[in-house]
Amino acid sequence: MNWELIFGQIKWTSFVFAGMIENPSLSEAIASGAGSIAVLGALGTVVLLTVKGWWVPLWRDWLTSVDHKKVGIMYIVLALVMFARAVIEAALMRAQQLAATDGGGFLSADHFGQLFSTHGTIMIFFVAMPFITGLMNYVMPLQIGARDVSFPLLNAISLMLTMAGAVLIMVSLVVGQFSTGGWSAYPPFTGIEFSPGEGVDYWIWAVSLGSIGSTLTGLNFAVTIYKKRCPGMSLFRMPLFTWTTLCTSILMIFAMAPLTAATIMLALDRYAGFHFFTNGDGGNMMNYANLFWLFGHPEVYILILPAFGVWSEVVATYSSKRIYGYTSLVYATMCIAVLSFAVWLHHFFTMGQSANVNAIFGIATMIIGVPTGVKVYDWLLTMVGGRIRLTTAMLFHINFLLTFILGGMTGVLLANPGIDFQVHNTLFLVAHFHNMIIPGVLFGMFAAVQFWFPKAFGFRLHEGLGRASFWCFAPGFLLAFFPLYWLGMMGATRRTFTWSNPDYLPWFALAMLGAALILAGFAFMVMQIVVSVRRRAELAAPLGDPWDGRALEWSIPSPPPAWNFAVLPQVTARDAFYEAKKDGTAYRSPAAYEDIEVPRNTATAPLIGLFACAWAFGLVWHIWWLVIVSFVLIWAVVIARSFATHTEEIVPAATVKAANEAFLAAVRATPGVTRDQEMTAANRGRAIPESLEASAGALAAGAAVEVTR
Amino acid sequence: MSLSERLHPGINLAGTDPESHEAAEEVLFGFWIFLMSDLVLFAVLFATYAAMSVQGIAEGPRPAEVFDLTAAFLETLLLLFSSFAFGFAMLEMKYRENRRGVLGWLLVTGLLGAGFVGMELHDYYVMVTAHGATPQTSGFLSAYYLLTGTHALHVSSGLVWMAVMAVQVVVFGLSPAVKLRLMRLALFWHMLDVVWIGIFTFVYLYGVVS
Ligand code: HEM
Ligand SMILES: [Cu+2]
Repeated sequence: MNWELIFGQIKWTSFVFAGMIENPSLSEAIASGAGSIAVLGALGTVVLLTVKGWWVPLWRDWLTSVDHKKVGIMYIVLALVMFARAVIEAALMRAQQLAATDGGGFLSADHFGQLFSTHGTIMIFFVAMPFITGLMNYVMPLQIGARDVSFPLLNAISLMLTMAGAVLIMVSLVVGQFSTGGWSAYPPFTGIEFSPGEGVDYWIWAVSLGSIGSTLTGLNFAVTIYKKRCPGMSLFRMPLFTWTTLCTSILMIFAMAPLTAATIMLALDRYAGFHFFTNGDGGNMMNYANLFWLFGHPEVYILILPAFGVWSEVVATYSSKRIYGYTSLVYATMCIAVLSFAVWLHHFFTMGQSANVNAIFGIATMIIGVPTGVKVYDWLLTMVGGRIRLTTAMLFHINFLLTFILGGMTGVLLANPGIDFQVHNTLFLVAHFHNMIIPGVLFGMFAAVQFWFPKAFGFRLHEGLGRASFWCFAPGFLLAFFPLYWLGMMGATRRTFTWSNPDYLPWFALAMLGAALILAGFAFMVMQIVVSVRRRAELAAPLGDPWDGRALEWSIPSPPPAWNFAVLPQVTARDAFYEAKKDGTAYRSPAAYEDIEVPRNTATAPLIGLFACAWAFGLVWHIWWLVIVSFVLIWAVVIARSFATHTEEIVPAATVKAANEAFLAAVRATPGVTRDQEMTAANRGRAIPESLEASAGALAAGAAVEVTR
Repeated sequence: MSLSERLHPGINLAGTDPESHEAAEEVLFGFWIFLMSDLVLFAVLFATYAAMSVQGIAEGPRPAEVFDLTAAFLETLLLLFSSFAFGFAMLEMKYRENRRGVLGWLLVTGLLGAGFVGMELHDYYVMVTAHGATPQTSGFLSAYYLLTGTHALHVSSGLVWMAVMAVQVVVFGLSPAVKLRLMRLALFWHMLDVVWIGIFTFVYLYGVVS
């Protein structure tokens, strides 16, 4: 019997636990422990779902849903789960480096290599990307007054492809090893000659799945913003978060293709003996570096732009002021998006091009600092004279302004090739990019959760625990990463599992302390969510507008109905909802209701995701029958779906009317709250704008609003 | 004049209601964007080929030694004529709403397209057997096979799509949904022409000249 035909290259020794049995060591024990946690976590989930009888609701209400709001929430849940793994890996690396004088420590070099590779890959592709994608999914259609994205099914398919990639990386904890090539997987090290085995293949296919998912997301969102804005929502009336979503989507359309090309070429080198990036036979690894960073640099702007959008919304809302310099913020975003394609070479200043080429790219890189600086001033000036509330989200914002500027400065330093030659490949660089990504992107997403959670679930998050998490995260970040600047300047290289210079020790100790604080912050965040769910009755804000919001998403109930808007809103100004509240025209009943068509749930997307995951797993382990079968199944599902006819269902006008009128009546009857009471149980979600406190009482229904189509 | 008429006077959807026209706009625009992202992929492959066909020769043959211009020219004709035939299919759809006409022209398109893929496979066969020019030989050949192979894969998936659409024309008739899909397939097919013109000029003509 030829087992290889069935199981490909999987052997019993491929399972992580075999390593522990064959050569027991602490490093192996940790690997087995991680594998066990993954298995137990999966088993625990299965048991929980079974005991609670949640399988059916999970399938019916979530996995098969194509509603952009549910898709968005699933993305964010995915991001948080993956964050838990990647942040623990980060803490492990910190602990190893603390313990690692002169070859000490508890991790083998190989294990350490897998840790920074999975940590980096997961954080970028399966934490940051799903986080921003989920947020854009949830918020953008609400902000432009749309009922869904342009292609809801495609949206669900993007989610499921991303999930397939994430599952593949989780599987690598248990079956086989992961790559040790870092998140950038440079050949020739990742070629078959130096990295035989399945590790790099896990990286290739997980990243490719995520990359295809993101391309489709970008396409979908760009079309949505161009084509689905409600009447009156001209481009320059769009909220800034929507603007940044648009720019990010365009970047996704252009930037993901080079990554897909690079991973495919790497795969062809490894699987079929091609010579794209090999040593000799005409291969050229510089081509990989160019392709990867042609994606990689725009990628960092794909991540930060939506976060900039969040910061713009947060600072305006919690300052109760119109954003300062709207137009300049839009142009700055556009400039950044365009420039982001002109700087990729700064990732390899040291890899052999001429000084002049380096100089040009160095200057281009520094120029990006200009539009970013414009933004920082706009945010600062928005706060001037505003009614500032130091909520958790706002604390994160202020922390962002302070630390992001420092990170930006070190970026300008690194943009100077002369300096880069000194500190490239050291912990200085690691400090720099974490300095941008953590206070900028990650905390931006955390702030977004604080800000939009009540919209998505109908109750606020516990403010005290939120602040507790902030006061761990913010100093934790400083402690964990500022020492790395020093270490980098002292010569400590990145991706290194051991060292011998005794001067390093105190700095590594500080960094470890910081990592511990970050873990504590995450624990508080989880606790915050749990406690808030328990106390959801007293935190409830179903009337939709707990923060005195400005854009359209705050004008509808929390959580929003499946159809979002009972009638499509008519917009006449920026900050449409805020203006309506001030004019006293908010919460009017429409003159008439119409039937609404919403897409039906479908098993298409989860099936595609499932087969894509199986396909990738088959490729990793050379299980060719699985590759063929699942490939055929993916396309069979697509074709079968194209024959489905009843893909939409109608929500009758009467249903829409009943729901909407009940909501409006509740709003009108509830006394509004001022900003002083924002964090009290009185805040049910009807806000009274500043200076209109006199109108806090019950609202008159007012004249019905004519509906245009 | 409705909004959509002002924006797309030439959309091939004649004979349907204004609502279908409006819905078409979003779908077709989305497909254009998809084509753009696909073109970015091809652009990257072209760039790779540009570098590899000069620096990646190693011990292997040079472009001029392995390319057969006659075959490439015939392939070009096949592909362009298939696009021409697809144009007729779309005219049948737009002006006559004639199922048979559409199916007939789709068949012609498909046959020409299949001829193209067949000839290309034959090219590969000749290159491998007569010149020993496998993708494993050199970086240049790796890039050549990837670029032309990706194009051929696109054409092949277009053929599968065409077959599915033929079935849909029979099952559903020329309903708005089917029409929209045919229109997208047409765009896809024409885009592959454009890419092939690039390949023919840049890979074959330029390769043989230099
Ligand atoms: C939250 C706390 C975090 C900690 C304590 C942390 C810690 C670390 C450590 C110790 C390394 C290895 C440095 C080395 O090469 O020696 C690393 C690498 C990296 N981290 Fe983080 N990290 C954190 C969050 C993040 C986030 C949020 C992202 C991105 C969204 C991220 C992306 C990366 C990347 C891309 C690498 C490079 C991996 C490679 O070398 O290929 N990290 N991090
Ligand atoms: Cu960069």
